[in-house]
Amino acid sequence: MLGPALLLFAGFVLLPFLMSVAFSFTNVKLLQADPVEWVGLDNYTRMFALKVVKAPPAADEVETQIPSRQWRRLKRAQPQEFEGYQYLARVSMGERAYLIGARDPQFLRSVANTFLFAVLVVPMQTLLALAMALWVNRSFRGRVLLRTVFFSPVVTSMVVVAAIWGLLLHTDVGVVNQVLRALYGADAPQPDWLGDPHIAMLSIAFMSAWQGAGFQMLIFLSGLQGISIDQYEAADVMGASRWQKFIYITLPGLRRTLVFVLVSTTIMAFGLFTQVDVLTGGGPRDATSTVIFHAVRTGFREQDIAYGSAMTLVFFVFVLLLSLGQKKLMARVGR
Amino acid sequence: MRVLPIVMSLAASMAAGAPVDIKIWRHETDDSEMKSSAASVERFNRKQSQYRVVTETLPQGSYQQAVVAAAMTHKLPCVLDLDQPTVPNFAWAGHIQALAGPLRPAGADALIPGGRSTYKGNLYAVGQFDVALALFARKSVLEKHGVRMATLGQPYTAAEFRDILRKLKREGYAYPLDLNMQLNGEWLAYAFSPWLQSAGTDLIDRKTFTVVDGVLNSDAAVSVVDYFRSLFEERLASRKPLDDQSFPSGRAAFHYSGSWTARLYRQKFGDDLVALAPPAFGAQPRIGAGSWQWAVASSCPHPEGARMLLEHLISPQEIAAFADATGLMPTSEAAADSTMLYRKGAFGRTFFDAARALAVVRPETPGYPMISSAFERALKEAREGVDSAEALDRAVEAIQQDLRRNRNYGF
Amino acid sequence: MSAAGASSGSRQVAATVLHTALMVLAGIVFAYPLLFMFSAGFKPGDAIFAELGSPTALIPDARWSFDNYRAVFDKGSIGAYLLNSGLIALVSVVAGIFINSAAAFALAKLKWRGQGFVLGLIVALLLVPFEVLAIPMLLIVSKLPWFDMASGALITGWLDTLHVQVVPFLANAFCVFLFYQFFKDVPDELVEAGRMDGAGALTIYFRIVMPVCKPVIVTAAIILFLGMWNQYLWPVMTVHTASARPVMVGLQQYFGRTTQWGEIMAYASLITLPVLVFFLVFQKHFIRSVVGAGIKG
Repeated sequence: MLGPALLLFAGFVLLPFLMSVAFSFTNVKLLQADPVEWVGLDNYTRMFALKVVKAPPAADEVETQIPSRQWRRLKRAQPQEFEGYQYLARVSMGERAYLIGARDPQFLRSVANTFLFAVLVVPMQTLLALAMALWVNRSFRGRVLLRTVFFSPVVTSMVVVAAIWGLLLHTDVGVVNQVLRALYGADAPQPDWLGDPHIAMLSIAFMSAWQGAGFQMLIFLSGLQGISIDQYEAADVMGASRWQKFIYITLPGLRRTLVFVLVSTTIMAFGLFTQVDVLTGGGPRDATSTVIFHAVRTGFREQDIAYGSAMTLVFFVFVLLLSLGQKKLMARVGR
Repeated sequence: MRVLPIVMSLAASMAAGAPVDIKIWRHETDDSEMKSSAASVERFNRKQSQYRVVTETLPQGSYQQAVVAAAMTHKLPCVLDLDQPTVPNFAWAGHIQALAGPLRPAGADALIPGGRSTYKGNLYAVGQFDVALALFARKSVLEKHGVRMATLGQPYTAAEFRDILRKLKREGYAYPLDLNMQLNGEWLAYAFSPWLQSAGTDLIDRKTFTVVDGVLNSDAAVSVVDYFRSLFEERLASRKPLDDQSFPSGRAAFHYSGSWTARLYRQKFGDDLVALAPPAFGAQPRIGAGSWQWAVASSCPHPEGARMLLEHLISPQEIAAFADATGLMPTSEAAADSTMLYRKGAFGRTFFDAARALAVVRPETPGYPMISSAFERALKEAREGVDSAEALDRAVEAIQQDLRRNRNYGF
Repeated sequence: MSAAGASSGSRQVAATVLHTALMVLAGIVFAYPLLFMFSAGFKPGDAIFAELGSPTALIPDARWSFDNYRAVFDKGSIGAYLLNSGLIALVSVVAGIFINSAAAFALAKLKWRGQGFVLGLIVALLLVPFEVLAIPMLLIVSKLPWFDMASGALITGWLDTLHVQVVPFLANAFCVFLFYQFFKDVPDELVEAGRMDGAGALTIYFRIVMPVCKPVIVTAAIILFLGMWNQYLWPVMTVHTASARPVMVGLQQYFGRTTQWGEIMAYASLITLPVLVFFLVFQKHFIRSVVGAGIKG
């Protein structure tokens, strides 16, 4: 009875996974002309290799404004020392300044972006889903229709969603900016939602929250239905206000659900790929590049499968740890 | 003895030779090209009965991935079209075979450099058309704003061109120049590496094909990319146009694009349309060369048929027919002379001559895909405001890593 | 009717009206992107941009027509692609339900060694992103044999077929988990009673357990349908010819050929509609089962 499923899992999930692990220790490329070689941990060190040097005094105006030019000068002076390392950041601690280089600065930026995205999208999506669930949990006419509307983004393909949002968020003619212009006149702020490195990730987070909240709403609904009505009736007898009922009955009753939603949304947030691929291509200035996006770009598009596999494996291990952590948390919260 | 007639009719049909199928792939693009291609294949099928060509068209956006996946799994068709700069990569990996000896199509020598693809001295692909880069504008608009018309002998200098754009912006254009920034992929490398060559530098050193540092991130290259970035910073060109209609609708005064738009624009603007040489960053402007060309897979079971097909495709009549239908530039002088748009004295002849004078093919090395994607990324970063030197250094680093991993691709 | 009764009645009406207005507003704002997509499918290209910021953009007017849809069917071969995607989704749903529920049944109701380990493994598989496996999977499917019913021969490789888009995804860890949670709630007595009557595992599965599972079946059907209908990266990698191309790849192809936003939106609407309809029809069961299943993990 287990047979067919197990066979399929073994052939199409386990086997490719093991192959991927094997690839990550080699230098295999997509169109390979030379024999494949074992390179050990080289792909893994490439991901995380850093080099920190004391920042020399700036040689000219340009270097003061653009620290990467300092790195460039150091590299030209000592090519062997700096081989393979590109500029990542400049850090100043009080009197002293340091230049940090990395072998793959885009990977490290992708890691930071992935965390940033999770930090942005999880509260947004969870609060939105909770609000929608609370609303739809009461009984009123049109409730089913509203519930359907809230869920409809979930069933739409992400490719389609991203294409539409690309239009809506366009700096010049997109709806959002046009609405701002209508509200604030000629001086309205006209942010470049997808082209400004500081807000691009926020835009993507917002769009993702919109698309995913419907599903979490259902989970919350289930949690809400698990809270017994008796508690609410007792609170009514004691004269509790709506807000008090929410804080003292609803929230505690939702504790397990909340943990589940938070952790599952976080895990899904770490896998961000399609929206970035369709909308921003990782830009602007790597501001929206995520771990999976960078892995697919290097692995498939630049044909370095070995390095792409190594990155996705690191990602997998990380997510595995996160979900193990969830199990522990759930066990503790569930009492 | 009813078996005998059956056997005899079978033998008869075998002797007559039912045509052998040859599968070919081509990338999908606009209707006129697709129809023209199909017509060309039809004519081949009709004029001989040994082979029957069956065409499969694949979406352009994922064409490269599809070809790579098919190459990986040995499922390539007999003949396929490839974008010229990627040909050396496929040749190096052994997926396509050299068009040498009995496989060399007659007429290959008559093609302009942009119509041929070579690697290590061997011919690997031939093309029916080529594309030239030009700065499209309208005479009436230039005259209205007092802008001089650049000529092949006196092109705009880069600085002069930027001043013109600034002037046009002051006089009312939101984004006076359209650089096709809604296009991704090869467009960026194709359109802007000629600027590097015009400035005296290049993507990679072509004598050895192994030196990138000091070439792609030389001071000349940094200043070209600085210029590129300034066009966006000063909002002279749009970072993300919604569509490709800025020039036809009058929102932009100049359109830097390939000659594939020439026919449409000519239809719309008639004699008001001018195709100027792009700005020069050094002594001369440079334009790109080499577009989609036909190659034969190593696994092709009918190389003789493939050769016949290629010969048919690059015959002057076929090239001319294709050029007339699509407006794309022919790849041989004989063909050009018999087309409406490119014969001597016609509107497109300037492209054709310019192509021969100013064109530079992209570096013919198997490492080109990496070079192109690294340069594309550098340009995108510069467009978003990253320091040019930093972006180019990163590109150089990526290309060097790729060269190291592939033992310099055999150079 | 007392004065107090009348005023509280009208307050009630006012509250309802306000609530309904709020509901409509929330619905429209939330659904705006989708409404935009549907309405844009009916407009000519320039009208889309002209009306992008105006509130009347969603209201049908004289310029609305089926032109874009007609163009999509002519140029885009969408009919064939819809058929492909439909077949893929249908087969995946039917086969997937049986395969995954059978596995879940074995895990939840039968007793054997290593149960815990296999369950843990399946849950872990939930975490592996597809991109990790994509390239090794490509290498695998290009070497697998298949019995081709048309020619009656054994051919190597699964590329450019419909089954390459179906078979690798039939075993779905999420569905197994869903069925597993549900089966655990089916009282063991039911299974025991069946066993005492002499029924084998398969019979118990078909006759006793499955009929009770309607809501979960519907949920699994929706999840499988959604997943297969919206598939994109895998078909791009494995299917090159138009004969087996699914709808999402068709959209991307169309997107690359034209910048006619009207036609693109019409295409997008056509491929979103089946999914929305499927969901609308089954949503009661779906919601009940997800809500009912809860988080008893």
